[in-house]
Amino acid sequence: MSELVEISNLCKSYQSGSMAVDNVTLTLPKGKIIGLLGPNGSGKTTLIKMLNGLLTPSAGSLLINGMEVGPETKALVAYLPDRSCLAENMKVSEIVSYFEDFYADFSRERAEQMLNNLGIDASAKLKTLSKGTKEKVQLILVMSRAADLYLLDEPIAGVDPAARDYILRTIIQNYNPEATVVISTHLISDVEQVLDEVIFMKYGKLVLYTSVDNIREQHGKSVDAYFREVFAC
Amino acid sequence: MAWELDSDRPIYAQLVERIQMQIVSGQYAPGERLPSVRELSAEAAVNPNTMQKAFAELERSGLIITQRTNGRTVTEDAEMIQKIRKDLASEHLELFFAKMMELGYTNEEIERLIHEFYVEKRGGTDK
Repeated sequence: MSELVEISNLCKSYQSGSMAVDNVTLTLPKGKIIGLLGPNGSGKTTLIKMLNGLLTPSAGSLLINGMEVGPETKALVAYLPDRSCLAENMKVSEIVSYFEDFYADFSRERAEQMLNNLGIDASAKLKTLSKGTKEKVQLILVMSRAADLYLLDEPIAGVDPAARDYILRTIIQNYNPEATVVISTHLISDVEQVLDEVIFMKYGKLVLYTSVDNIREQHGKSVDAYFREVFAC
Repeated sequence: MAWELDSDRPIYAQLVERIQMQIVSGQYAPGERLPSVRELSAEAAVNPNTMQKAFAELERSGLIITQRTNGRTVTEDAEMIQKIRKDLASEHLELFFAKMMELGYTNEEIERLIHEFYVEKRGGTDK
């Protein structure tokens, strides 16, 4: 079976009564780098949080590698949250050990190499690092796992353009035909070249799921330009 | 350094053009081994699947050949490479002439302009 993620009629409503994710049906294959795009409040983060088990669906079903979301699927999913989730008092090297201990698929060597490439001092405490550097550390931890599904919620928003390039290059170099990477972002033009496919969401609904080159072929414009058109305010 | 790509045309088509250019200009010699998809997609900063698609297209046209043991190589068919080179040159000439006609030049005037340009700007000698 080559389908990695199978989402059918998935809904999530919050107590306020708003539908954050509204009847989404979607199948994601292995071996793709997919952009999850949509304006603020379109349900991107809610969808990601259901995929990694942080939120439970209100209705519908969600399978990863044919399994319901649970401990088995969490071992397959590497998640980069949209906020910091690490203990500020720990040193970078301690956090690396923590991840190594926690995830069987974590490669310490890969983490150390990336820290080194980005010039991050592993003996520094997290709280002494800048916001952007903390984000880099968090992304390095996630990308050092050999997961089947990477869920990256706004991975490049807070880092400088040079680090953005490095991060995107890292995603390409870690590319594995068995794994899929989902990147949620507003910075479409920065990631466009790296993506196979894009998912457009609006008000919790799936608007479009197609390949980047399809958009360029059919509309003669970049995904960024097309997004601006579809979501024009 | 990432390759410069236009934002309004399919990425794979631009990768095909770029690699084609590198082959006809001799950056990759006939029979030379090409970098792997992974290496080249990292260099270009593009998706590996897109690079794969570009390679498949170049294979279909016969310009590159997949060897089971030795990765991908440029074709040894120098004639084919020359033909593609000539086709590309024709395309550029076509565009050039179209532009010059738009500016209102006749064929004779264009010919004279090319000659003047060749002598003055490029340091060529008069015939």
